[in-house]
Amino acid sequence: MPRTEAMIEKGLTLVDAINEALYQELERDSRVVLLGEDVGANGGVFRVTDGLQKVFGSDRVVDTPLAESGIMGTAIGLAMAGMRPIPEIQFEGFLGPAYDQLVNHAARYRTRSRGSVTIPMTVRVPVGGGIHAPELHSDSPEAIYAHTPGLKVVMPSTPYDAKGLLLSAIRDPDPVIFFEPKRVYRSFRERVPEEDYTIPIGQAKILSEGTDLTVVTWGATTFQCLDALDKLPEDLSVELIDLRTIAPYDRDTVIQSVQKTGRCVVVHEAPKTAGMGAEIATLIQEHCFLYLKAPVQRVTGFDTVMPYYKLELDYLPDGPRIAEAIQQTAAY
Amino acid sequence: MPIKTVYKAQVEYMQILDENGKLDEKLAKDTLTDEEVLSLYEQMTVCRQLDEVAFRLQRSGRMGTYPQNKGQEAAAAGMGFAAKKGVDWLVPCYRENLALNMHGLPYHYVLLHWMGDERGNKIPEGVYVNPIAIPIGTQMLHATGIAWAFKLRKEPRVAVTFFGDGATSEGDFHEAMNFASVMQAPVVFFCQNNQWAISVPREIQMNSETVAQKAIAYGMPTIQVDGNDLFAVYKAAKEAVERARAGGGPSFIEAVTYRLGDHTTADDARRYRDPQELEAWMGRDPILRLRKYLTGKGVWDDAKQAKLEERAKTIVQEIVKTAEGIEKPTTDDIFDFTYATLPAELERQKSTMRTSSLGQDPAQAGLRDMGTATHGHSAT
Ligand SMILES: Cc1ncc(C[n+]2csc(CCOP(=O)(O)OP(=O)(O)O)c2C)c(N)n1
Ligand SMILES: [Mg+2]
Repeated sequence: MPRTEAMIEKGLTLVDAINEALYQELERDSRVVLLGEDVGANGGVFRVTDGLQKVFGSDRVVDTPLAESGIMGTAIGLAMAGMRPIPEIQFEGFLGPAYDQLVNHAARYRTRSRGSVTIPMTVRVPVGGGIHAPELHSDSPEAIYAHTPGLKVVMPSTPYDAKGLLLSAIRDPDPVIFFEPKRVYRSFRERVPEEDYTIPIGQAKILSEGTDLTVVTWGATTFQCLDALDKLPEDLSVELIDLRTIAPYDRDTVIQSVQKTGRCVVVHEAPKTAGMGAEIATLIQEHCFLYLKAPVQRVTGFDTVMPYYKLELDYLPDGPRIAEAIQQTAAY
Repeated sequence: MPIKTVYKAQVEYMQILDENGKLDEKLAKDTLTDEEVLSLYEQMTVCRQLDEVAFRLQRSGRMGTYPQNKGQEAAAAGMGFAAKKGVDWLVPCYRENLALNMHGLPYHYVLLHWMGDERGNKIPEGVYVNPIAIPIGTQMLHATGIAWAFKLRKEPRVAVTFFGDGATSEGDFHEAMNFASVMQAPVVFFCQNNQWAISVPREIQMNSETVAQKAIAYGMPTIQVDGNDLFAVYKAAKEAVERARAGGGPSFIEAVTYRLGDHTTADDARRYRDPQELEAWMGRDPILRLRKYLTGKGVWDDAKQAKLEERAKTIVQEIVKTAEGIEKPTTDDIFDFTYATLPAELERQKSTMRTSSLGQDPAQAGLRDMGTATHGHSAT
């Protein structure tokens, strides 16, 4: 939606930035259709699509029946037939009913049709914990989809990145899951250009340069990592990488950084075993073996079901836990 | 061959107690005794009180998101009462607190759940109620499986599953209906059609005129009832439960009701709902209606009402006290129910509350002692 006074004065939240990207793309490209539960009149349960139905009508911003497989499956059909659907799944936990359509169909169509049928769609999904939500509203399933060839997986952590990456995702010829970390939705504002711009999918961002140790993370834990960095002794020089895209992720940036520092800690909310941290640690082992001064460490969620909110902060990696692992790795 | 009709169907609507508290005596025959009605009225009143208090707990930061049951008490009461406590098995979603309580789940469990404490889902021994289900439209398949097991073991028991109008759009709902019918499983599908699925009204959710007619496609007995009418819900529910118990297979009930509150405390229905619609349904409040009926019968008066309201307050205060008196679970609670036996790695994560291995792995600590840390940073 057009910018409000607050946005002009103080900048955009993650919600504002995504809304702006959707607004601009709906305006620019008549093939774009938003569909999902409560995305229309209600503007989405997080208000990410607020106001869009009023402007673009209920044919382009569509309140669908309550059926994730239906949303995903028909979005696939829309995409095949030349539209640019942007389905929303209300919470990451409800990707469950859509899993078959997403993984067995959207991800495979290009391959199984030898490129003759393609699925340019962007699946928007709020992700992660930390907002006191009920069951199945706080998970971090990015590794499942990163492990699905044919899907691209994006998770921005800032309003600026969100807008640029979302515009790239919508214009991408392949299906993209665009995970939106809920904990960051309204946690801060930043200046975001009003004009159209894109950030390439697959490019990490170095948030702080350093020489002693590399921290790799993405999504909401980026801010827990920044918190950890504040807790470290000043003479410890840490390079913090926000991956931004989980699949295909920016291997070069990780490799170059760890070849420089020789130490790495990977941080994510998702469970540890078979998480993206395992992939990144292996990449480092493959490419940085002789540079390593310490074993790669993982600070992650536990290998359990995401607990209800009374214990969620005990589950989620926080500043102190990350800082401790960084110091142990640095001292190794 | 001329064109001929190969199938014809109709859906009946039943109301016994109208909005003004007037009872259809003929239809009400052999349904509820005065004593039962009084008892259910009191339980509905307590449930409503709990609902109002839960709302305030959320607003004052003492509880997380909570979905109010307000306006749907007759549906829960009628269906809950028709099923046999300790025998039949309830498979709920989240808007039938009263039915769960009638079947033995203490109310403070429900509060604990919404307070973000998973011990609210630990079903007491002998209580046949599943935990509150958050993912919409998934639980009806489980109810069908439970009922199928009853049938296989020749147990005269019934599974009852609760769900909303929106839930009938999910694929799992249709699979459950078809399975139940094909297996002739003793299950009752109880749809609380409260007209809304968050912000999506029934007319946008589906093009079917009724929800009840969906059962016809699966060859299942079906009925639409006034869901704010305790008598009608109970009568339909009792018939369905008895049919199932007698080996007659599954049934479908659409209880036409209304969500008098927001979807949950995280929602603001004023964004999408006409206040006049809400106003109209306020007049059809199931509790108000019963009160009119009981007053008309001469078994209820203002003094009794005042006393009941006092009692409901006290009961609910106790429930809240119990729930809030339960200390926060320890972090062991995150781990202990992942598997019957915790794998070693999970034991390690549980005892250290860490996922990094340094400082925990004796072999690597040993290396460090042997001097390999000399290149390391002296930060620690
Ligand atoms: C599988 C799934 N998709 C989406 C949601 C989010 N959600 C929670 S309640 C709800 C609407 C449910 O409507 P209905 O079935 O009519 O039940 P009601 O809340 O009206 O009682 C939605 C979309 C969910 N919990 N589960
Ligand atoms: Mg509903």
